[in-house]
Amino acid sequence: MSKLRKVDVTEEQKKKILEIVDSYKDTEGSLIQILHDVQDYFGYLPIEVQEIISDAKKVPLAEIYGIVTFYTQFSTQPKGKYAVSVCLGTACYVKGSGKILEKFEENLGIKAGEVTDDGMFSIDACRCVGACGLAPVAIVNGEVYGKLVQNDVKSICDKYRES
Amino acid sequence: MSMVNITIDGKAVQVEEGTTVLEAARAAGINIPTLCYLKGVNEIGACRMCLVEVKGARALQAACVYPVADGNEIITSSPAIREARKTNLELLLSNHKKECLTCERNRNCELQTLSEQMNVTEIEYEGDMCDLPIDDSSVSIVRDPQKCIACRRCVGACSNVQNIHVIDAINRGFVTEIGPAFGKGLGEVACINCGQCVISCPVGALTEKSSINEVWDAVADPDKVVLVQTAPAVRAAIGEEFGMPIGQAATRQMVGALLRMGFDKVFDTDTSADLTIMEEGTELLQRMQNSGTLPLITSCSPGWIKYCEHYYPDLLPNLSTCKSPHEMFGAVLKTYYAEQAGIDPAKIVNVSIMPCTAKKFECQRPELSENGMQDVDYVLTTRELARMIRECGINFTECDGDFERPFGDASGAGVIFGATGGVMEAALRTVADILTGEDLKEIEYTDVRGVQGVKEAAVEINGQTIKVAVAHGMGNAKKVLDKIRSGEGDWQFVEIMACPGGCVNGGGQPIQPASVKNWLDLRAERAKAIYSEDRNSKIRKSHENESVMKGIYEGYLGEPGSEKAHHLLHTTYTPRDRF
Repeated sequence: MSKLRKVDVTEEQKKKILEIVDSYKDTEGSLIQILHDVQDYFGYLPIEVQEIISDAKKVPLAEIYGIVTFYTQFSTQPKGKYAVSVCLGTACYVKGSGKILEKFEENLGIKAGEVTDDGMFSIDACRCVGACGLAPVAIVNGEVYGKLVQNDVKSICDKYRES
Repeated sequence: MSMVNITIDGKAVQVEEGTTVLEAARAAGINIPTLCYLKGVNEIGACRMCLVEVKGARALQAACVYPVADGNEIITSSPAIREARKTNLELLLSNHKKECLTCERNRNCELQTLSEQMNVTEIEYEGDMCDLPIDDSSVSIVRDPQKCIACRRCVGACSNVQNIHVIDAINRGFVTEIGPAFGKGLGEVACINCGQCVISCPVGALTEKSSINEVWDAVADPDKVVLVQTAPAVRAAIGEEFGMPIGQAATRQMVGALLRMGFDKVFDTDTSADLTIMEEGTELLQRMQNSGTLPLITSCSPGWIKYCEHYYPDLLPNLSTCKSPHEMFGAVLKTYYAEQAGIDPAKIVNVSIMPCTAKKFECQRPELSENGMQDVDYVLTTRELARMIRECGINFTECDGDFERPFGDASGAGVIFGATGGVMEAALRTVADILTGEDLKEIEYTDVRGVQGVKEAAVEINGQTIKVAVAHGMGNAKKVLDKIRSGEGDWQFVEIMACPGGCVNGGGQPIQPASVKNWLDLRAERAKAIYSEDRNSKIRKSHENESVMKGIYEGYLGEPGSEKAHHLLHTTYTPRDRF
C-alpha cells in the first residue's frame, strides 16, 4: 500500500546525520531540533533518513513520522529546483493567498507538499513570512513576489521554466 | 498524600489530593462519560466527552486529567456541559463510517453507547469522510481508518503499555489518521500482532482478521474431520459474551456449545500445556546441567516470539525451542492421534480457539508445518467463537459438555498457563518433583502470581536455588530483557507473556468497555477463574497427567526431549528487521 521512492543515503551522508543526532545526546527533548538540522542538511526527511534517526536516537519510527507530518516545516519529499512557498498567514490569507496557492497547484500540476516528476518545482504552504504589507506573498528560492493577483502565477512559473 | 475536601454536584467528598475529577466523582457515586480515557493506557484528555465545570476555572475542564484541589466546586451536569459534550460527540460522528448494523462492534461500541446516553438524535454536521482504504496487510489485525475516531487508545496500548509503538497519529487536524509510518500496513511493520490495540479500541476500527467463514466451511464439509481445541484463558472469559459475570469459568458451557456447533472432537489445549511443561522442563534441566544458554525463556506467547525476533534477535538462543502448546497439540493430532483414531491426517482440520490475535500469525509460520500441512489450520479468537455461537442461536449458558477423554486429560498446571506466572508455576511443580524425586505437596508458587509487572523469585529445590523472573506486557518484558542483555539478570528461567496479565487479557478476548476496565482489573478477575479451576483439578502436576505420560510419550514419542519429540514439538526462530 505504500508508494515509496527509494532514496540512497550515502555512507558520508549517514555519518553526517549520525553526527547531528550525537551532537544533541545530552539535550533532553531534542528530537525536533535534530529533525530541523537533518532536514537543513539533507534537504528533506525520507523514510531512509528517519530510520537512521530512529535507530540512533532509539525513538520509534512511528513517533518520528507523526512529528514530521504534524509540522508543516518538515517534508518527506525533496524540494524542487525551484521551491515555491505560498504564505497562508492571516494577512495573506484574507488577501486571497488561498486562491494563489490553488493557481500554483493548477499550473504546476502538483499539490502543496509535493514536487513535480521532473524535480523542477515544489510547492509549500507556509505561515507568515513577515511581509504582510505586500500580502498576498509567495517566495521562490528566496525571491519575494508581493501583492500577487491570480494572473501573476502563470508568468512567475514560466519565468523559472524558461530560465 | 494529604486529603482534600471538594464538592461534586453539591455533594461533599473527601479524596486524596491529586485525584482526578473523574475518580473523585466515581467515589461520590457520580458517573462522568468518557471516550478517549483508558486508565493506564491513554490519559490525554483529548475527546472532551468528560467536560465538567470547575468553579473559577477559565473553561470547562476534562475530568479524566484534571486533578482536584482543596475547595474545588465541581458541576458534572448543566445545559452548557451537556451541549459541549454533545457537540463534540456530534463532530466525532460527523465523519465516522456509521455502518453500525454490520459492524463487528455493534452493541459493544463506546461511540454508540455515548450517542445513546447523550440522546443524539440527529447529527448536525457533515464532515468530509476519510477515504483511506481498509488495511488488511496483517494476518492478525484489520484496521479500518474510516471508523477510527483518533482517540489514540490504540496508540497508548502500543506505545505506553507494549513499548512497541508501530502506530501513531499522522498529519494533523481533520486529516489526522492513526497508523504506521509512511502509509505502511500493519503487516509491513514490526507489529507483534498482540492485539492490545484491538481490545483498547472503543469502536470497530481495529478488529481481528476473521477465519469464521473458513471454519464454517470445514465444519460443513463431510470429508473433513474438524478437531477443535481451546486455550485455558478462553473458558475464563467467554462467559462475558453471554452475560455471565466476569471471572466465572464457562468450561462446560463452552465445550457443550462447540459440540453442538458440529465440531467432531473438542480437545483441551491444557493437555498439550502439560506436554509443553515436560519438554520445556527437560530443556531447562538439560541447559542447567550442560552449561547451555540461560536464562531459558518461555516460548508460548507468539506476540512475544515475534517481538524477540524483531527487537531482541540476540536473545533468540535463550528462547525455548518448544512450540507453543496449541501448535504441539496440532502436531500430535495430525500424527499420533490420527494413527490411533485411524483418520487420514490430510482430512484433519485443526482449529484452535485462542484468546490471541498473534496466534493467527503463528499458525501460518512455515516452520510450523509438516509435509505441507499446517500443524494448526485456523485460529479463532474467543470473540469469533462467541459470534459463531450466537449465529447458531445456541443458548450458551445452558450448554454442557466435556473435553475428549482420556486423550484430552489435562492437569491444573496446564490450566494456569492462561494467567501471568502460570507457565512458570507449572514448570516449577514438575521440575521440583524431578529434582527431589518426591511428590511435593507445596505446589502453589504464589510469588510468581498476580499482576505486578515483573515478578522475581528464588526457589530452593533440593539444595539448589533456581532464580526465576516473570514479566507480562512487552513494556515490562523489556526491563527484564535489558537486564539479561547486560548480564545483570542472573535468572535461570524467565516467563514472558506479550499481553499484560497474560492470556486472560489477550488481544483476542471479549472486549470490555472502558466504563468497566477503568474500575476493575480484568486481568486479576479473569485469573481467578483459572486458579479456581486449578484448585479443583484432581491432577495438578503435568508429569502426573497419565494421558500425556503413558499415552503420548510411552505410546509414541518415547522420553521427553527425545529425537521424535524434538521433531514434532520443537521449532526454530528467525531474526527479523525492526523496520
